[in-house]
Amino acid sequence: MVRRVSTRHTNAMRIIPSWLREFVDIAVDDRQLAEDLTSAGIAVESVQQENGETIYEMDLTTNRVDAMNHYGVAREASAIYDIELKKVEPRLPKPKVRRSPPPNVSGPIGMTSFAEELNTADTGTFPIVIEDPHGCARYTARVMRNVKIGASPDLIVKRLELLGSRSINNAADATNYAINELGHPTHAFDLDLLEGGTVIVRRAREGEVLKTLDGVDRKLTTEDLVIADGKKPVALAGVMGGFDTMITEGTKNVLIESAWFEPWTVRSMAKRHGMHTDASHRFERGADFGITPLACDRVAELILQSAGGELDGVRIDTIGRELKRPPLPLRHSEIKRNLGIDLAQLQVERILRRLGFETNGTADPSAPPSASSGSARDDNFGEGTSNRLSVHVPTWRLDVEREIDLLEELARIYGYNNFPNTLPAFTGGVVELPDEPKNAKVREIMLALGYDEAISITFIPEQEAQTFLDSSSAKTHADAAPEPLAVANPLNEESAYMRTSLLPGLINMVAYNLNRGTTNVRLFEAGEIFEKLGERHDERRHLGFAATGDAITKSVHRTQPEPYTFFHMKGDMEKMLSAFEHQSLQFDTTVPACFHPGRSARAEMDGATVAVFGQLHPQLAAERKLRQEVYIAEVMLDRLYQHRLREPRYQRISKFPAVGRDFSFVFDDAVTFERIRFSVSELNLGDVQSFAPAEVYRGEKVGAGKYSVLLHAEFQSQERTLRDDEVAQWSTQIIAKLEALGGVLRAQ
Amino acid sequence: MNLKTNAMYSVPKLEDYSPDGLERARNEFLSALDTDVLNATTEEEWKAARDRWMSRKSGLLSQINDTWLKSSPPEHRRNTGQLVNELKEIVTGQFSQTPDAILGRTKNQALAAERLDISLPGIQRAIGVKHPVLRVMDEIVAVFKAMGYSVGEGPEVETDYYNFESLNFPPNHPARDTQDTLFIAGQERKPARERLLLRTHTSPVQIRTMEKQAPPLRIVIPGKVHRNDPLDATHSPLFHQVEGLAVDTNITFCDLKGTLDHAMKALFGSSVKTRFYPSFFPFTEPSADMQVSCIFCGGKGCRTCKFSGWIELLGCGMVDPNVFEFVKDNGYDSSKISGFAFGMGVERIALLKYGVEGIQLFYEGDVRFLEQFS
Ligand SMILES: [Zn+2]
Repeated sequence: MVRRVSTRHTNAMRIIPSWLREFVDIAVDDRQLAEDLTSAGIAVESVQQENGETIYEMDLTTNRVDAMNHYGVAREASAIYDIELKKVEPRLPKPKVRRSPPPNVSGPIGMTSFAEELNTADTGTFPIVIEDPHGCARYTARVMRNVKIGASPDLIVKRLELLGSRSINNAADATNYAINELGHPTHAFDLDLLEGGTVIVRRAREGEVLKTLDGVDRKLTTEDLVIADGKKPVALAGVMGGFDTMITEGTKNVLIESAWFEPWTVRSMAKRHGMHTDASHRFERGADFGITPLACDRVAELILQSAGGELDGVRIDTIGRELKRPPLPLRHSEIKRNLGIDLAQLQVERILRRLGFETNGTADPSAPPSASSGSARDDNFGEGTSNRLSVHVPTWRLDVEREIDLLEELARIYGYNNFPNTLPAFTGGVVELPDEPKNAKVREIMLALGYDEAISITFIPEQEAQTFLDSSSAKTHADAAPEPLAVANPLNEESAYMRTSLLPGLINMVAYNLNRGTTNVRLFEAGEIFEKLGERHDERRHLGFAATGDAITKSVHRTQPEPYTFFHMKGDMEKMLSAFEHQSLQFDTTVPACFHPGRSARAEMDGATVAVFGQLHPQLAAERKLRQEVYIAEVMLDRLYQHRLREPRYQRISKFPAVGRDFSFVFDDAVTFERIRFSVSELNLGDVQSFAPAEVYRGEKVGAGKYSVLLHAEFQSQERTLRDDEVAQWSTQIIAKLEALGGVLRAQ
Repeated sequence: MNLKTNAMYSVPKLEDYSPDGLERARNEFLSALDTDVLNATTEEEWKAARDRWMSRKSGLLSQINDTWLKSSPPEHRRNTGQLVNELKEIVTGQFSQTPDAILGRTKNQALAAERLDISLPGIQRAIGVKHPVLRVMDEIVAVFKAMGYSVGEGPEVETDYYNFESLNFPPNHPARDTQDTLFIAGQERKPARERLLLRTHTSPVQIRTMEKQAPPLRIVIPGKVHRNDPLDATHSPLFHQVEGLAVDTNITFCDLKGTLDHAMKALFGSSVKTRFYPSFFPFTEPSADMQVSCIFCGGKGCRTCKFSGWIELLGCGMVDPNVFEFVKDNGYDSSKISGFAFGMGVERIALLKYGVEGIQLFYEGDVRFLEQFS
């Protein structure tokens, strides 16, 4: 839950405080007002001066579309300061009422259409049909005649410019001004360009095309909701008007639209057509069902003021369906239980009413009578009673649906920082994750071995996802061959797949260092790798590490560095693996293709592959322009973690002397030390403390295809001093075993 | 007194064997001995002096034996013999042991010859360095562990259900837009809630944990998340979060504030202050953004806090009842229990804490960068 300002879906907008002050008499200055609004959740990001006006840059949360306009912000100020919010009351001349009203126009689903308060409703001026009452719950309109399209008054031009919009003409500006003032999107059509003398709100027909205001031809689908005249679509409902019916300099007669469109309908249309407009932004988030007549009248008033003309007939208000919501309960006990403090009932009601909620206090009849219930109305809801309020939510607050939403209203106007800080008591226990000690151990070992911890990007290109799939792929998933897991909407082609191995990331990081002149690098990363397994996917924890350069660097104390080799990596791997309990640990050369075939190994612990490591294949190194040997390792932690962490075991230190014996042998290259070791271990000589190679020589003296090795055995007993003849007998057994492997004894 | 002239003492022929004459010869001899002993300051000089006095063939001792005793008149032989014996004892005694002063001086000289220039740099063995982001993450987790929180975890590839639906982001809700979600390919055939995506926050682990564990509950969830943001100085397709959740019968908004205030003081020092602003998250109600007083300027105002004295650090809120509804069967009845949740971006805190100038530095693996955090 980290709120980030998204660049693509911004709720940024501007507010002019002097405009706010037309609706509320705010005592504090603009700067204090900005702070107080922010504290109540109407976030003012910055306060600036422009052309002598204070401007607020707002960053409103997505749920507060009701406050994305001046009147809405003024309402918040009214609640914060507990002051009156003035009404917006457009003053319009009485319309000429026509005779002989035709019957109400009904759409197929039987919605009603009526005009203002008059019984003599005259919708004959312009019949409006809502064919889709789900998509359009309300459509309010007015017809105006003989307007003169021209420039807007200075105040409107100035304010629109301060808000970052360009003035277009007095009719278009009126709708733009109204949306910034009241928050409701409206649209003005050139009435004379609407054919068929009607407006129909319907789904588009297959094959219909609408050129929108931005000049783009939009191919419509049957899922699009459009405003149509008798012949053609003229607007994409709630998103954008049509090009062919827009107001132009020559426009004389105007139809003003003020409607309520359903959020999902608008949202899916906007998405489908890749359009994001001020109107769609607001409809998507839930516009005010109750404001359509006021917004319609306000636009008409503004047009009359700036473009003249007259109203033709009365306001046409067509309701497709009513958006009625039941009142919400607000229990005093819930305030205390959730917020942790008591609020006086008067304060509660005051806050809610200032925000436009209506409240009726009702004592819960089911509540048991209590001492205070008989008393006159209390400032508190009543000690020990379950008194509750019934709260009617205003039409502009579609985000308030539950009791808890009312609590938030109370908390934010009361002020979050006015709540005390307390610590809750806790009765539960603390549980550690099962793998946590293992993760900690692995990390401790890698750090102690001198590897720096790294984090690489989780995404890799397709080719690498394939190349490195083998390096970690489990043969245990017999049901489906593992494949790389693709991202549907990747950042770019290089990031099209989830990493199948930690190696590509490590190799990239090694390369990054080498390219910057850092030649000694040791890095490790522990993290998740991903695979697709048929319809399923798998996410497993791996450890990767990489090294290049010197194991011991050159210095003033040391003229020659010791280069990092396969055996440094093997030693580190052995250290890592020995932290886990196991019966057997074997190394062989079964490795994936990304490794140097002769300088890499697979570690098998109790029969399962737990790691692969060694030199990066010179071919791959060359492709990446890596000019020195790079060693890489990957440990399948998910499998290693099948083993318990090694428990320390104590063995008494023998009081009896140890006896050493050396054996110098020549073997064929094919006889690996592993075979020698295994062969000797088969003897089960209990008092052999260690058996290890001391020197290996290859060269002319032993001839091609052979090598000489000096082996050292150490014998020691816990119980007694070993006798010479015993040691001699064991040595003979060892020699026999080694000779059986084809070894030739050179000296003992 | 010139010491060197005395060192040239040689045994004189005795003319006068009278008691006085012997006494005089004795004194001269012993005086020369004292001088030689005093002049020997090194072990070598000491050995040379010993040889000069005690050498069997030509030592001064054997010289007095030859020169004084053998040539003495018979009537003085006894006295002379006594004198020679006395002097033999004195000289032998004197040279029987090398004086400690001489020995010590010699040892010191030998050790002095082994002197090193200790101002040369030491030979350092490399110890790996923890990644700065994970280091900060560990610190945050440790603070909450100390407050009784268990650690929780969950997968990075999540279902729509856990990442969105059960966190009260309904399908098609505009709040989903702000998440810039990366989706897994080939999910079209699955039901919407089973479709896979890369979790955009660690919050899904809230639900996963509540499914497994009945209340009361306190968990802290560190983890990696992904978003569709190309890597640059201020954006990253991956980052880390630490999420927290506490549910019990007694959790209030005041507890949320108090817990976070306590945690921030533990993380940044007891003088740090917190303040809260209303915010919006689909899965909390009420929701808040928390700011801490600037840890660099103490609230006076500096570049880091953009001269506001405050730094926005995390989002939080009371768990929305709609979220509990998804785990109702496991004892999460929102009419009886309540809870709070919070989440913070670890990279952001690490950037602030160390003054790192770009988030991409965390993922390049540049050892010159990483090794500064040892
Ligand atoms: Zn500061």
